[in-house]
Amino acid sequence: MRLRFILGEVWNGLRRNSTMALSVILVTFVSLTFVGAAALIQIQVDQLKDDWYGKVEVSIFLCPEQSWFQQCAAGAVTPDQERAILTVLEQGSVANLVAPGGIYYESREEAFEKFTQNDTQGVWASLTAEQMQASYRVKLSDPEQFQVVADAVSGLPGVEFVKDQREIFAELFRFLNAATLIAGALAAVMLLAAMMLITTTIRLSALSRRRETTIMRMVGSSRSLIQLPFMLEGAVAATAGALLAIGGLWFSVRYLVEDWLKGSVTWVEYISAQDVWIVAPWLLAIAVGLAAFASVVTLGRYTRA
Amino acid sequence: MIRLQNISKVYSRGARPALADIDVEIERGDFVFLVGSSGSGKSTFLKLVLREERPTSGDIYVAGRHLNRLSSWRVPHLRREIGAVFQDFRLLPNKTVFQNVAFALQVIGKGRHHIESTVPEMLDLVGLAGKERRMPHELSGGEQQRVAIARAFVNHPPILLCDEPTGNLDPGTSVGIMRLLDRINRTGTTVLMATHDDEIVDQMRKRVIELRGGQLVRDQDRGVYGLENV
Repeated sequence: MRLRFILGEVWNGLRRNSTMALSVILVTFVSLTFVGAAALIQIQVDQLKDDWYGKVEVSIFLCPEQSWFQQCAAGAVTPDQERAILTVLEQGSVANLVAPGGIYYESREEAFEKFTQNDTQGVWASLTAEQMQASYRVKLSDPEQFQVVADAVSGLPGVEFVKDQREIFAELFRFLNAATLIAGALAAVMLLAAMMLITTTIRLSALSRRRETTIMRMVGSSRSLIQLPFMLEGAVAATAGALLAIGGLWFSVRYLVEDWLKGSVTWVEYISAQDVWIVAPWLLAIAVGLAAFASVVTLGRYTRA
Repeated sequence: MIRLQNISKVYSRGARPALADIDVEIERGDFVFLVGSSGSGKSTFLKLVLREERPTSGDIYVAGRHLNRLSSWRVPHLRREIGAVFQDFRLLPNKTVFQNVAFALQVIGKGRHHIESTVPEMLDLVGLAGKERRMPHELSGGEQQRVAIARAFVNHPPILLCDEPTGNLDPGTSVGIMRLLDRINRTGTTVLMATHDDEIVDQMRKRVIELRGGQLVRDQDRGVYGLENV
């Protein structure tokens, strides 16, 4: 009986204030879409990091015969120096950061080979293997630890400089992080608007049903029964907005990313529609929390016991 | 049933008290008129009993509860023991007569069976049998007030508070309402009625409590409206 009564009241309230309810739905829809987009961008960033950082290496370039670098003034790296560097990587303080079997020595000949194999035009025809430099290519178990490894070896005799391939991606990640920030900021503004709209909706609803609530108070219905329909109204509208946002995100990922981007830009590991389901519960939680907060702020004043 | 001990109520600091040092006891089954001009404190009196307001000082007991100590979440239980009727009827315009009365039971969680058996009984008691499906605007003022009384009494509360229930009705209709209230009183229900209607008070010859400027100036059994009429 009570449940039916509450649901009936909720339905009546939504119907009577249908434009307000619709605006709540749309504003939560847009704001939660931004929240979801920000979250998905971050998931994409993490995925790219996992994917790419697993492939990138730290390159420790060894001194060639001729170098502009101060630390190579003594000439090319000697076999003793090479062994010393290898010892640091394999047994020194950074040994645990190096992936098992992750150290690879690239000789000058190999470097020369790699460098010239794509050169069909003969631009580098005058280049000889002696002009190239040898290097250690090191895979790290945790790519984030690059700086520690770099510091450990960069001062050693025979090391010209240390290069982190991650720098190639740094710019892209900076861009994606900025996109996350922008989406997040827009989401915050929209969420604020959504909250104020929900507050206004509940207030209007409470005012338009003051006659009912007055009688309910008079005949002794509990405060929760008086307030619940209004709370649920806000929650239902916000949840509808969240569901729309989830649907919109799923649609975008499914058709824009999975079908379109994946087909045209193939070298990237993309997020999938599955990832939307990771974000979805959070969006629902935000919507319900938002409505609950707005209710608490509003109802104390408009349906006092 | 209702006991006020040294009750004072001041709405805003420094203002004249709405009620000053009131001592009243109303027994179970009493019929009491609360009279006095506008601003004499009648409404405050009723609000204190309903615990819509709290006294500034003094103790108030209603239906065995010490209202000063009643926590706000217990207030609904107090209100279920008090029926309230108002000058402006306060019916829901978009509900039928039956639904208006049923509403009072619905919102305190009564089941459908209970409602379907109790409401017609109550409408019969107030003389509205056969008008269950009418809308409030299709009824006369007297009939609307009967619906309001049915709603207030449908849960058989031991106390019925009436705030000028005949204030919007012509004298003939008022007599009918008073007969109904008298009948309800005879079932053992305590009736406390604030009114301006001297004819009714003089005719009924019930206990009269008169307030003037927040002071209790008269508490008389089988009294009349104004002392000058004695």
